[in-house]
Amino acid sequence: MSTNRADLPDIGVIGLLRWAWRQLTSMRTALILLMLLGVAAIPGSLFPQRSQNPQKVDSYFRTDPTLAKWMDRIHLFNVYASPWFSAIYLLLFISLIGCVLPRTFHHLRAIGKKPPLTPRNLDRMEGFRVVATENELALAVAKKWLKKNHFRIRHEGNSLSAEKGYSRETGNLMFHLSLILILVGVALGGLFGMKGEAILNVGDRFINTPTSYDNITFGKFQGQGSLVPFSLTTTNFVATYDPVTSEPSNYVLTTKISNPIGSPAKTVIIKVNKPWTSGSTKVYLQANGYSPLVTVRDKTGQITFKGPVIFLPQDSNLSSLGAIKVPDMVPQIGFIASFIPTAGSSKARGIFSTYPEVLDPRLVLSAWQGNLGLDSGNPQSVYSLDTSKMTKIGLKALTLGSTYNFGTGSITFDGWKSWVNLQIVDDPGKMYALFGAIFAILGLLISLFTRQRRIWVKVGESVEIAGLAKNGIPGLEEELTALTRALEEVREESE
Amino acid sequence: MTSTNLAFFSNDAIYACLVIFTIAFFAHTLEVSWSLKNVAENDKTQFDFSKMQRVGRIGTAMMILGFLVLTVAVVTRGMSAHRVPWGNMYEFSITGALMLTAAYLFAFAKYKVRWLGLPVSISVLLTLGTAITVLYRPSAPLVPALKSPWLAIHVLAAIISGGVFLVANLVAGTFLIMERYELKGGRPAWAQKIPTLESLDQLSYRLIAFVFPLWTFAIIAGAIWAESAWGKYWSWDPKETWAFITWVAYAAYLHARVTVGWRGRRAAWLCIFAGSTFLFNYIWVNIWGTGLHTYSGL
Repeated sequence: MSTNRADLPDIGVIGLLRWAWRQLTSMRTALILLMLLGVAAIPGSLFPQRSQNPQKVDSYFRTDPTLAKWMDRIHLFNVYASPWFSAIYLLLFISLIGCVLPRTFHHLRAIGKKPPLTPRNLDRMEGFRVVATENELALAVAKKWLKKNHFRIRHEGNSLSAEKGYSRETGNLMFHLSLILILVGVALGGLFGMKGEAILNVGDRFINTPTSYDNITFGKFQGQGSLVPFSLTTTNFVATYDPVTSEPSNYVLTTKISNPIGSPAKTVIIKVNKPWTSGSTKVYLQANGYSPLVTVRDKTGQITFKGPVIFLPQDSNLSSLGAIKVPDMVPQIGFIASFIPTAGSSKARGIFSTYPEVLDPRLVLSAWQGNLGLDSGNPQSVYSLDTSKMTKIGLKALTLGSTYNFGTGSITFDGWKSWVNLQIVDDPGKMYALFGAIFAILGLLISLFTRQRRIWVKVGESVEIAGLAKNGIPGLEEELTALTRALEEVREESE
Repeated sequence: MTSTNLAFFSNDAIYACLVIFTIAFFAHTLEVSWSLKNVAENDKTQFDFSKMQRVGRIGTAMMILGFLVLTVAVVTRGMSAHRVPWGNMYEFSITGALMLTAAYLFAFAKYKVRWLGLPVSISVLLTLGTAITVLYRPSAPLVPALKSPWLAIHVLAAIISGGVFLVANLVAGTFLIMERYELKGGRPAWAQKIPTLESLDQLSYRLIAFVFPLWTFAIIAGAIWAESAWGKYWSWDPKETWAFITWVAYAAYLHARVTVGWRGRRAAWLCIFAGSTFLFNYIWVNIWGTGLHTYSGL
C-alpha cells in the first residue's frame, strides 16, 4: 500500500463505526448480501440435510468418514442453521433495517407535503418541449388536467410543479418491513415452538406428554410443560389405492380426541391435508404402514411374545421390513421379517408385493438364535436386528394364520394392523409470517405497478413543459403528450 | 366420453399441437429468412418486408391455433382424471407450454413482438416433444398430499410465472445476440425487424416486474399448503430452496435495475441467470432431486 498510516484521517472509533454502518446499509452491500444469500442456499439442496434426511447423512459418514467429518465441520449437513448462513441473512436484515427505517420516517414526514419547486432550467429535464398554446390560459388548463389525473400540485408564481405516485414508496417500504415481520415470525417459531412425531398402531391411545413421542424437539425458550393436554385414540384408518397405478388416492384416519384429558371424547377425522388444530398446535397425518400381528410360543406352548410389530414400508407396494425380538426365551430369538400385503412371485425376485392393500398377505421370516444384544447398553433400532452374536436357523414364508416351528418354539402369523405416523407441531410464529407474507405481496404490487413521476409547467415568453420519471419507468412520454394535446386544444378553440 | 377416451383425445390433441407448432416454427423461420432475398442490389439498408408479413401472419395464426388446441388438450387431460391437470411432470410440462404460448400471445398483442414467435415456437415444440415421449404417464387420480385446493392455486401461479420467465429469458437472449451484431458493425438483414436494443431491454424488465409478485405469491401459496400438508410452512426441501434462489435472483435483478441502474448487457445476463435457476429447479430437482416435492411420476 502506498498510503502511509499517518496520511489517513483520524476518524476515531465512533467515526469508524459510523463508516462501517454506512457501508453495511449501502445499496451495493445489500445487493451483494442478497446474491450471497442465494448462493449460500445452494449447498443445502445438493447435500443431504440432518433436519430432513438423517439416514442419508449417516451414509455419508459410513462411506467416507474423513470427508464427512470435514464437511460436517463447515456445516454442509446443516446449512440453514449454520453460522455462515445465519451471518449472511442477519447482516442482510440489519442492512435492510438500516436502509428502510430512515426511509420510513422520511416518507411519513413527506405525507401531505407539496412537491418540490420547479427547476430553473426545464430544458435539461426529460421530455422537454415548448407548447404552442394560449399563454394566459395555460396554467389553468394544465392545473385542471393535472388535477383530473390525480397529481399533487404546487403553484408558485408562473410555474406548476406536480407529482404523482407517492404510494410507490409506500408499497416499497411496506414490502421491506413485511420481510422483517416474516423473519420475526420465523424466529418466534424457532424459539417458542415444538415439533414431535409419534407412531401409533390403530387402536392405540396417545397422551400428549413428552414421553409419548418417538422424537420431540422444543424451541430454546419453550418448556416441556407447555404441551396441549389432550389424549387421542386412533379408532380406524383407511387407505385407498388406484387399482391401475397402485398409487394411493386417499388416507382417512378416524380418532377420538379428549381435549383436555378427561373431557368427553369427540370423533375427529384427520387427513393428509386436514390436520386437527388446537390453538397453535396441529396434529398431522404424516405416514402409514403395516404392523403384522404375531404370537411366539416356547417349546411348552407358553406365549413369550404377542402383539403388533411396526414394520417400515420399502416400496410403493408397501413391502415392509422389520424386526421381531423375543428376549424372553433361552436362547434368545429374533426374526428379520418382511410383510408382503399382496403376494406375487417370480423366479428372479422371489416373493414380492404386487399391490399396497392387504389382499393376500405373507410374512417372510428369517429366524436367528443367540444374543439379541439388548443388554449391551448401546441404543438399538427397533426396526433392525443386530445379528453379530446370532446364528441363522431357518427361513419361512407364512400365510395368514399359519405357524412356523423353528425348533425351540414357534411363531404364528395372526393378522395385521395399520400404523400411522402423527406429526405434532406447535408454531406460535406462523401467523406473523403469514401476515408478513400477505403484506409483502400487497406492498410489492403497489410498488411495482405505481409509477412515480413529476411534471412541470412554466409560463414565460413561451409555455414549457417537462417531466421526470423516477427510476426511468416508462409512461412519462405518453402523459406529457396528453398534457400537450390538452394545452393545444385551448388554442384551437380560441382560434 | 369415458375417462380413458378423454385421455386418448388429449394425447391426440398434443400430437396435433406438435404439427401446428412445427408449421408456426417454419412460418416464423421463413419470415425472418425471406427478407434476405429482398435486399435491394445496391442499397444494403433497404428491405422489402411485404412478403414476410404474410408469412408472419400465418405464423401468428398457427400460434393462436396451437394455443387453442393445447388448451383443449390440457382441459381434457384434467377432465379425464377429474381434477386440475397438474399432478405429474407430463402435466406440468403441457400446461407450462400452454402458459408460454399464452405469455407470447399476450406480449404480441401488447408490444407487437411477432419475431419472438421463432424462439417461443421452438421452445414449445421441445417442451411438448419431451413431454409426450419421455415424461408421459397415464392419466390417474392424485396422491393424497396433492388433494387440496392449493394445488390449483400454487401450481398455476408457478407455471404462469415459469412461462413468463422463459419469455423474458428469450428476450434477454435476443438482446445479447443483437448487441453482439451491433458491436460488430450492424445487424444482418434478417434481424432488421427485431426491435431496438433499448426496447428489448425494457421488454424483459417489464415482463419480470409484472410476474415477480406472482412468483412471490406462488412461493407463499406453496408455504401455506405445505403448512397444512406437511406440518411446516418452510422446510428447505430442494424445490423450496431453488424457488427461493430464483426469487432472490429476480429480486437482485429488480434492485440492480431500479436502484443501481443496471441496463443492457449486465441486466440481460442477470435475467438469464435468474431464469436458469428456475429451469434448473424444474428439470434437475423434479427428476434427480430428493425431497417432498417428488410428484414427477418418473
